[in-house]
Amino acid sequence: MTYTWLYAVAPADTGAPPPDTPGGVAGEHPRTVGAGSLLAVVGSVPDPDFDAEALQRRLRDPQWLEPAVRAHHRVVSATAGRALPVRFGTVYRDDDRVRALLTAHADAFRTALARVADRTEWGVKAHLDKARLDEARANADPAAATGTGGPPDDDRPGTAYLLRRRAARDRDTRDLSDAAARARQVHLALTGLADHSTEHPPQPPEATGVRDPMLLNGAYLVHRSREAGFARAVRGLREQHAPVLRLELTGPWPPYSFVDLPTGDGAP
Amino acid sequence: MSTPDRYPSHPEPGIEPDSGLRQRNVALVDLLDRVLAGGVVIAGEVTLSIADVDLVRISLRALIASVRSLAAEPAAEPAAEPAAERGREP
Repeated sequence: MTYTWLYAVAPADTGAPPPDTPGGVAGEHPRTVGAGSLLAVVGSVPDPDFDAEALQRRLRDPQWLEPAVRAHHRVVSATAGRALPVRFGTVYRDDDRVRALLTAHADAFRTALARVADRTEWGVKAHLDKARLDEARANADPAAATGTGGPPDDDRPGTAYLLRRRAARDRDTRDLSDAAARARQVHLALTGLADHSTEHPPQPPEATGVRDPMLLNGAYLVHRSREAGFARAVRGLREQHAPVLRLELTGPWPPYSFVDLPTGDGAP
Repeated sequence: MSTPDRYPSHPEPGIEPDSGLRQRNVALVDLLDRVLAGGVVIAGEVTLSIADVDLVRISLRALIASVRSLAAEPAAEPAAEPAAERGREP
């Protein structure tokens, strides 16, 4: 027995996945299921391994999850920019249920497909760039940066030390709020160039390996005719906000962050 | 694993995404953001998607920490957090 894992929904004229489509989440060869003007890119996965409980368990197993997430992404990406990505972990009992889904929500799928047509998603993340900020400050004013400026502290070294500590803490607070305000500006500027934009929660340091706080984890849906302008804007913003912010660009992605559909009937 | 994680781009010169030493891990983090929390949410009959995003995000911290240790990175940046973080897992 198998279940049907859903990867993506595409217009029917997209055709089957290309022959070099790599293996799916269970190592299976992805295929398509059609209904009307739509088709679903699916894979057959063994049912004891892919029922709800097994999936919840595997979600916590990095040995399984990382390759599975990469496989899901590869299959979605192989649809070459014309499909709606489906969230990882959507499983149907069989192909007939998938056909019924396509039929029941055909209009909503077509509307969503039109929204992302000829568009890709780009990610822009902004971190506070503490090291470069401190370096720039030290170059500008070596005495202040090392705390050797200010009034002589011969008489009361303890008080002077505490004052310096407080000044440093206040400066860190100001740096962070300045960086956060700049991150807002970056997001607004890029939003103006994108068809749609959204934000993911900032990624935690233990996930990124970057200790500096992340102040923006934005996603932008950009029409292909505006890609070059978007790239120029990112470069310009990077210069404009250095050395306070460090901007990182990722993409192009399938439009994962821009495919909300009102088809979650029965879902929580 | 050297399979391309990038979406097929357009033929004309577009945007050069940033790459870096941490590409592999960064890509995983960004993938998890999108593949687990993004995408069309559809009521599946077996699994209602892996829908509880908050739950997912919490377990991702442990996941990514363990993937990072699997990758056996040369002790670069923060090594201190994961242990503290684990204490907060449900």
